[in-house]
Amino acid sequence: MTTQHVRLTVNGEAREADVEPRLLLVHLLRDVFGLTGTHIGCDTSNCGACTVHVNGRSAKACTMLAIQADGTQVTTIEGMADGATLHPLQQAFWDQHGLQCGFCTPGMIMQAAWLLGQNPRPTEAQIREGISGNLCRCTGYVNIVKAIQQASGQLAVDVSAPGKAAETIEATPAS
Amino acid sequence: MATQTLQTTPEIGGMGHSVKRKEDPRFIRGKGEYIDDVVLPGMLWLDIVRSPYAHATIKGIDASEALKVPGVVAVITGADLEKAGLHWMPTLAGDKQMVLPTTTVMYQAQEVAAVVATSRYVAADGVAAVVVDYEPLPVVVDPFKALEANAPVLRPDRAADKQNNHIWHWESGDRAKADAALASAEVRIAQDIYIPRIHVASIETCGCIADWNAVRGQLTLHMTSQAPHAIRTILALVSGLPEQNIRVKTHDIGGGFGGKVPVYPGYVLAVVASLTVGKPVKWIEDRSENLQADSFARDYHIHAEMSATKKGRITGLKVKTVADHGYSDAAADPSKFPAGLFNVITGSYDFPNAFVEVDGVYTNKPPGGIAYRCSFRVTEAVHAIERMVDILAHEIGKDPAQLRLDNFIQPEQFPYKSPTGWEYDSGNYPAALKKAMELIGYDGLRREQADKRKKGELMGIGISSFTEIVGAGPSHDFDIIGLKMFDSCEIRVHPTGKVLARIGVQTQGQGHETTFAQIIAEELGFPVADIKIEYGDTDTAPYGLGTYASRSTPVGGAATAMAARKIRDKARKLAAHLLEASEDDLEWTNGKFSVKGSPDRFKTIQEIAFAAYTNHPQGMEAGLEAVDYYDPPNLTFPFGSYICVVDIDKATGVVKVRRFVAVDDCGNIINPMIVDGQIHGGLTMGLAPALYESITYDENGNNLAGTFMDYLLPTAVETPAWETAKTVTPSPHHPLGAKGVGESATVGAPPAIANAVVDALWHLGVRNIDIPITPQKVWKILHDKGLN
Repeated sequence: MTTQHVRLTVNGEAREADVEPRLLLVHLLRDVFGLTGTHIGCDTSNCGACTVHVNGRSAKACTMLAIQADGTQVTTIEGMADGATLHPLQQAFWDQHGLQCGFCTPGMIMQAAWLLGQNPRPTEAQIREGISGNLCRCTGYVNIVKAIQQASGQLAVDVSAPGKAAETIEATPAS
Repeated sequence: MATQTLQTTPEIGGMGHSVKRKEDPRFIRGKGEYIDDVVLPGMLWLDIVRSPYAHATIKGIDASEALKVPGVVAVITGADLEKAGLHWMPTLAGDKQMVLPTTTVMYQAQEVAAVVATSRYVAADGVAAVVVDYEPLPVVVDPFKALEANAPVLRPDRAADKQNNHIWHWESGDRAKADAALASAEVRIAQDIYIPRIHVASIETCGCIADWNAVRGQLTLHMTSQAPHAIRTILALVSGLPEQNIRVKTHDIGGGFGGKVPVYPGYVLAVVASLTVGKPVKWIEDRSENLQADSFARDYHIHAEMSATKKGRITGLKVKTVADHGYSDAAADPSKFPAGLFNVITGSYDFPNAFVEVDGVYTNKPPGGIAYRCSFRVTEAVHAIERMVDILAHEIGKDPAQLRLDNFIQPEQFPYKSPTGWEYDSGNYPAALKKAMELIGYDGLRREQADKRKKGELMGIGISSFTEIVGAGPSHDFDIIGLKMFDSCEIRVHPTGKVLARIGVQTQGQGHETTFAQIIAEELGFPVADIKIEYGDTDTAPYGLGTYASRSTPVGGAATAMAARKIRDKARKLAAHLLEASEDDLEWTNGKFSVKGSPDRFKTIQEIAFAAYTNHPQGMEAGLEAVDYYDPPNLTFPFGSYICVVDIDKATGVVKVRRFVAVDDCGNIINPMIVDGQIHGGLTMGLAPALYESITYDENGNNLAGTFMDYLLPTAVETPAWETAKTVTPSPHHPLGAKGVGESATVGAPPAIANAVVDALWHLGVRNIDIPITPQKVWKILHDKGLN
């Protein structure tokens, strides 16, 4: 099969490859560039596990061809932290227990980052609407919403690392 | 045996501390290692040809065009497998299912052939080029029609006396007593309740890399499994490979919920392919394959009858259920329980008698069933009893909360023997319900509802007071393919006072790297930061039965505590040697042994660990490690009371969950933050089947919910802001007083929502609506009554 040459910037680094025209962007990132933080959870663009930024816009990398990304700037989850310093959303997801199995997390963080870029102080309803293209099966979204609120400065940063005191639990008499 | 929580400092981080998760730094950076992230040198790809028909004869498979596709290495068919006797494989339930068919396909999307190629794209090209000649056969979709005398026999491979579609009959309790109670009842209610087929749909699908090394005679299977040791043993038994040369590794798993317990044909095909071509072979299913072919959950057609006095004292229960298993019973239940623990159906109530019977049936659907984030059919049981109790309350005009309070098993009745034979370990049901009522403002809501009803607005309040049954299980009753359902932990303390612990259970997101470290921190006083937890590598982890049915904390957590206590026993001997004191004169507090009455004479656990390798007494073995295989004396019985408030839009039929208060009791809590997270997720997986998810089939057996376009997972918009609270009733037999929590909310939430909807509509003559309660169903009811 014929190939096309693509050049793009991924997480600030110039990358290029010869690709089949049918290759999805998500497979270019994962299988060719080895950036496996971007995940695949469905085949219908519903789940958002593959969310990345293309030229600053949130995009589902399973719904774009690699050749459509030719000449663009792509940011993936691997490009979010500044060395050892976590991106505020990464820190907030950790602080607020905004992840469990972690599979949706990179896409969720990328979508949340784009959302906060558009609307730095979203309401809870705006957050929920803003991440409604990203499915999470583990968390029930409660702590994802809190994490995005923390990253947007709307919730006190939890300084629990490690061993925040437990919530007060009212004990009831055992039998 | 119960311990008090919060006895350790935050730096140590034992039980009761909301320790931030140790596994998260890799996940938030995109540095987790899920199965599709693993690449091995020379690896090939496997993709699967699937049947478009639900029932058809295979007249021929022509792979010649596929083999011409550049990069296609091999095509594997049922005929190839038959030569090695691998075309069928055993299921965990004692039935068998096809790896690949030789003559007949039994459900839409069934595996028909496998293509092995040099890339995932080429493998897909190969799949598209395989030509299969099918001759459609009559399709059996309805399990009741499957039981009719003239129904096509779907499994002619069975014995001569089993040439029908009935798999098994199972019953529990006392039929005569239940019949007598119903016959003499002042009030008798009956209801059909269907709990539809659903799918766990973890966001990561299933997959594996089979890696056969012919020189070493070693098979390594990297796979998404909730039970890696059981997989290794099954592989050894089926393949004949020596078990020490089989290694199963799980890596990070993107959600399990029961869907990653079974062995699917794709795993076996990858193994066969690797054995055939001598290279690593990767199989990753896509979402459509996952939804259409992997094991389903539920699909129980329940008929329940209940008797009571006019004042609402319940007197008897009788339940008859037809279980649709698809074309093979591939349930992941303990061997002695073909309908799982469904006979826990008397729930939180003191029934004087009960009788339950279940019949398993074959249809032209994918085989199953597994749990959907629950312990072996408990959700089906809880949904039925909580719906029935609510119907009774409405029928006799009694408040559903009061009816529950009047009929609960009371705290002083524990341990409580249920009429179907279970011994509930502990509980305080009135406390949980009263707390939920107080938190949600129950009386005020009832007044609001009355006001709204006068104005014609539809508001409902639903309660679910569930009891779970988890932690399988005691070896006298519980095994899977003969393997007793113990679990294990091995702890090694290194000379510098750092700890490596390996556990027999698995994690698919539960956070065991944190919580199991907290158990060891609690028992031994090492800081959580100094404890590394490993799992999911059968070459190194002690044998365990894996993680499902909320068994990790009840069984694996107990093993971890017991292994730690063995280490503490040896540490005491070492401390006595170091302090030149008698063991009896030592006391253990906060990670150190000190001499009674001389608190300044002590040795820390770290000092003791060092001495175990540098200064142990003559006659004592060096080192500080222990292993424990824990056989629980009983199951654990977490419980809770949930109250849900819904508003119904008359124009559209949309049900809006306005508030949902969940009071859970899982005994002593290891990590409150993680427990709340588990409940949030569980509630959302309870909301899902209550309002959105179901897999349905048309009359030809076509799957009508085979992608995320049609199988509706709740998004953040549909999911309410859950309100959670706790009561704490420790398990009397668990070493930590813990009970398990991962699935409680999935079990408890659906009837709270369904009861709320029916509560809003009862005055219109609505008695039951089967889940999922979609806008179409509600709109039609309202429309038929002329309300929209």
